[in-house]
Amino acid sequence: MQTIESLAEPAVADALCRGTLELRTGPFTTRIRSEDTLIVAELRRLYAAHPVRLNPDFSDFHVEVRSVSGPRRWVRRQVTFLFDGREPFKPLPAVQSFALFEWGLNWCIASSAHRWLLMHAAVLARGDDAVVLPAPPGHGKSTLCAALAFNGWRLLSDELVVLDPETGEVWPLARPINVKNQSIEIVRKLVPTAVMTQPVPDTLKGTVAHVAPPIDAVSAMGERARIRWVVLPQWQQGAATTLEPMSPGEVFPALIENAFNYEVLGEDGFDALSLAARDARGFHFRYSDLREALGVFEDLARS
Amino acid sequence: MTPNISIGLAQLVRGELNALPRDLDGWDRLIRVARAANLLGSIAAECDRAGCLESVPEKPRVHLLGALRLARRQAVAVRWEAERIGEALAPIEERVVLLKGAAYVADGLDFAAGRMFSDVDILVPFERVRVVEDALMRFGWATTHLSSYDQRYYRQWMHEIPPMQHLERGTTVDVHHRILPRTARFDPDPASMLEHARPSRQWPGIWVLSREDMLLHSATHLYHEGETDNAFRDLLDIERLLGCFAEDPAFGASLFARARDLQLLTPLTVVLTMAEAVIGTKVPPEVARELNAQPPSRSLQRMLNTGWQPSHTLCEKPGSAVCRWLVYARAHLLRMPPHLLILHLFRKAWMRFTDADDMPRTENSR
Repeated sequence: MQTIESLAEPAVADALCRGTLELRTGPFTTRIRSEDTLIVAELRRLYAAHPVRLNPDFSDFHVEVRSVSGPRRWVRRQVTFLFDGREPFKPLPAVQSFALFEWGLNWCIASSAHRWLLMHAAVLARGDDAVVLPAPPGHGKSTLCAALAFNGWRLLSDELVVLDPETGEVWPLARPINVKNQSIEIVRKLVPTAVMTQPVPDTLKGTVAHVAPPIDAVSAMGERARIRWVVLPQWQQGAATTLEPMSPGEVFPALIENAFNYEVLGEDGFDALSLAARDARGFHFRYSDLREALGVFEDLARS
Repeated sequence: MTPNISIGLAQLVRGELNALPRDLDGWDRLIRVARAANLLGSIAAECDRAGCLESVPEKPRVHLLGALRLARRQAVAVRWEAERIGEALAPIEERVVLLKGAAYVADGLDFAAGRMFSDVDILVPFERVRVVEDALMRFGWATTHLSSYDQRYYRQWMHEIPPMQHLERGTTVDVHHRILPRTARFDPDPASMLEHARPSRQWPGIWVLSREDMLLHSATHLYHEGETDNAFRDLLDIERLLGCFAEDPAFGASLFARARDLQLLTPLTVVLTMAEAVIGTKVPPEVARELNAQPPSRSLQRMLNTGWQPSHTLCEKPGSAVCRWLVYARAHLLRMPPHLLILHLFRKAWMRFTDADDMPRTENSR
């Protein structure tokens, strides 16, 4: 199986330039076209171990990141993301090109993969037991996700849960973790070996960086997991570490609230989430200290 | 790329499933073009109807299933929305007359399975617009397009009031009082269309246009549409409306008689001629005779033949971009005489440039 790191840089750049490079992330394949040097460099660093195909037959998504035409090509260059010719977003400054690619790929999945139930949450696993961490921005979800991913938990995804309504299994994506603002330094200190993009300031989400998924998560991207725990994290300055069980009735709405396409799936979505809620144990988790948090999750895994 | 990707697409939408791709390369192209043309759900519905969805290779099947789920969900949501509009209009004793996609579903036309649509369009008598707007506001809809120029532009010239959006659900209803802007070259009488409206065959209490008017509205809409994204899909709608209705042998004659009454003969002939050319529609002999009597000009045919292809790079022909621009410019000219159009475009550009809500107005520019 070919991976990005098995190809020389000029081969990657050339395939990207011609739009013949296909990247596999879990169940999805994406054919990418770009002449953007930042995209070439960051793809090689952050997706080094991901399987790729050159000249593939069928790809799920055909995407492109390219410079906008007109004056913004030359003065304070901007780039735009295309999903098979359509532009879902407004162009962004060129330094954000890789972040734009990541957000664009999320959008491709969220807008069309209704074969699955999609939830906005981080998801990690121990063996095939998955923990889902749904939380609005600012609750420390990504930081916790990054910490867990490098400390004994297998990363499935940092913000998209891909749940198969037929089998109740979560499919991994094994894509980079998006960390923001203060989290960037926290993660860098906690996991000095992690491969990370240059922090990009002044995006819509503040300063952002992407962290490459651990190699184990990438090589296990075909291994699905079942939701065993639903943990609603809340980071709070100086807070003591507490893990409180939810009442069984709270788990189901917590899942629905974070589902993107619950309505689209109708009855199938209801069945899938009620089964997941029945089988999972829910917790409210408050923390300020990441080390202590990791200990709590270690206990959870053994429970 | 095979030159006939769009013909193949049309065959599949008709349910001619022997046109399904034979290898994954072919599936890759089909899924892409079908998605761009908003036809993925229709193709999925045809495969599902024929019971062959399971035999589609796993990778493309995922996309068909996704589109089918979305389309089915939309059909349920649109019915629910139409019924809520019905509740809002009940106190003022006004009927809900649905237009376009929602009307096809309400009328139980089988091709509407898998069709994607978003807004609900209704037609009400011009003199009832204010009352209808008030009634909708009482049930949670509010006007959009808040700039005073946009409001004035819609109300003075257009065939609909600014879209009304439901404050909780975010859904949109377009309230039409005509099917074309007041400034348009053709002037079909909306009162007559409302007079001929009939109860839909599937949704109790919801009305739709007569069969002739339904097809004429679809054709007129496409003929005047500047955005070409859905043109290919709209041609297929028209073909299949004709297919559903022409089971009645008298339909062809009554369609053209009605087109003459409503001054819509030109849009109808052009659109049906283009359906023959672009998607290979086979029209009944009596319709073909009418079409041959006054064919559209060669240059118009050439422009629409290219401009109305699915807007996807795999369907690009030389001159595609130019043709699409011409379709866009032509649509504007058909909808508004040049002097008004220039003024309108100038105002919009000015407002974009200055971020203003409106232009400074002089006494005589009201």
